[in-house]
Amino acid sequence: MSEASSFVLKSWREMPPGGIIPVPKTSLLNKTGTWRALKPVINQAKCIRCLMCWVHCPEPAILRGEDDSVAVDYDYCKGCGICANVCPVHAIEMVPEG
Amino acid sequence: MKGKLVGMNGDRAVAYAAKQAKVDVISAYPITPQTIIVETLAEYVNNGELDAAFIPVESEHTALSAAVGASLAGARVFTATSSQGLALMYEILWIAAGLRAPIVMAIGNRALSPNINIHCSHDDAYAARDTGWLQFFAENVQEAYDLTLMAFRVAEDERVLLPTIVNLDGFILTHALEGLYVLEDAEVDAFLPKRKPINPIDPKNPKTYGPLDFTDWYMEHKRLQFEVYQKVGGVVREVFDEYEKLTGRHYQPVKTFNVEGADKAIVILGSSAGTARFAARKLAEKGMKLGVVSLTQYRPFPVAELRKVLESFDVVAVLDRSVSFGSPGNQLFMDVSTALYSSKKRPILVNVVYGLGGRDFTPLHVERIYAALEEVQRKGEAPEESLWVGLREG
Repeated sequence: MSEASSFVLKSWREMPPGGIIPVPKTSLLNKTGTWRALKPVINQAKCIRCLMCWVHCPEPAILRGEDDSVAVDYDYCKGCGICANVCPVHAIEMVPEG
Repeated sequence: MKGKLVGMNGDRAVAYAAKQAKVDVISAYPITPQTIIVETLAEYVNNGELDAAFIPVESEHTALSAAVGASLAGARVFTATSSQGLALMYEILWIAAGLRAPIVMAIGNRALSPNINIHCSHDDAYAARDTGWLQFFAENVQEAYDLTLMAFRVAEDERVLLPTIVNLDGFILTHALEGLYVLEDAEVDAFLPKRKPINPIDPKNPKTYGPLDFTDWYMEHKRLQFEVYQKVGGVVREVFDEYEKLTGRHYQPVKTFNVEGADKAIVILGSSAGTARFAARKLAEKGMKLGVVSLTQYRPFPVAELRKVLESFDVVAVLDRSVSFGSPGNQLFMDVSTALYSSKKRPILVNVVYGLGGRDFTPLHVERIYAALEEVQRKGEAPEESLWVGLREG
């Protein structure tokens, strides 16, 4: 388990009182992907590697491979759904988290 | 009655309690009718009777902000306010409770503007009811003193760690000179030892307080905070019991008078409970039984205790010293209605508005309320609108 992921608490019962963060860290460890309510799932079979999602992602949370294949960096994807919206072949589906 | 009998007004009694509690930090801005509290504390600090940091700030917003910081650093903290001053603290009220910062604050209850009025209404106390602060209501100067001491114990209890308000009616209690029994300093020291903060601010071990908390964690934090209030009632009872052993003075969240065999009652907060009891005694001489139920503990609302008491009545008047504009009922009325909704036997409830802005509330008004309750009982129907007593009509 990485240092950052050790902050991810599962339930309200496990949280320190007062909303205090006992071990403050820099923003590099602030994995904003936890804000997400809907998560993009790429259907690689449908993907035509047009990179529209990579271009439009505001974060950027679309990872581009050397062969122009795409994947989602879930540590930073906030679930805005722009990628699914711009995908011309509807290869990205937004599904509820957890 | 245990203790030394002295004469003090409500404000001085609260200041004396804060002094005996050996507060470390007082952060306050003067506002009528609370002014005497902070003036007296300033005197204590100035003449060396109290070793505390007195922070004279430029506004109540800053007064409470400084109090939150001092509390998180581990200090025993006191402040006081009234009316518009509390309104100016409003955003920090939430922050103090959410950060679990124990602070004791006295409110000299006063009407909110407009029009400007320095006298008693419960507008200010009610405005803080959803912020997470615990709230007690004093009925007289003795209770203002006692509840201030007990508030520190409750607020700083490890199971609680929440800011706490002690309400005392503006002018009626803040400026009224009454005899009261005060404890010896050593007795207070034993009841209220120096605060032992849990995990206080420490430059060597930095922590982040009040961070950004979006859709991912905010709801969980509110749930965690919500959970604390379920435990507070038990801690309050423990503290009341221990204080009784020390002083012989019995406190309970819901105070009852003349409830046995009565089918009508009134529910009330603050100093007017004494007036209501006096009137109930007069009515009893005429063979009319009126129960009086007053709340010492307002937040968390003592639902179970109140339900148990009120279930036996046919009709109950709930008295509000404030108006909740455009709402289905005034503030205490809504609390009581909600508490009773799931009861098997529910009395018919009548909402009464009284005493706004310091308007007199006399035994005659209580008799008028009794007459109104009789009529409601005869009709078997609750009135749609609240009844205003002490209002110039016609």
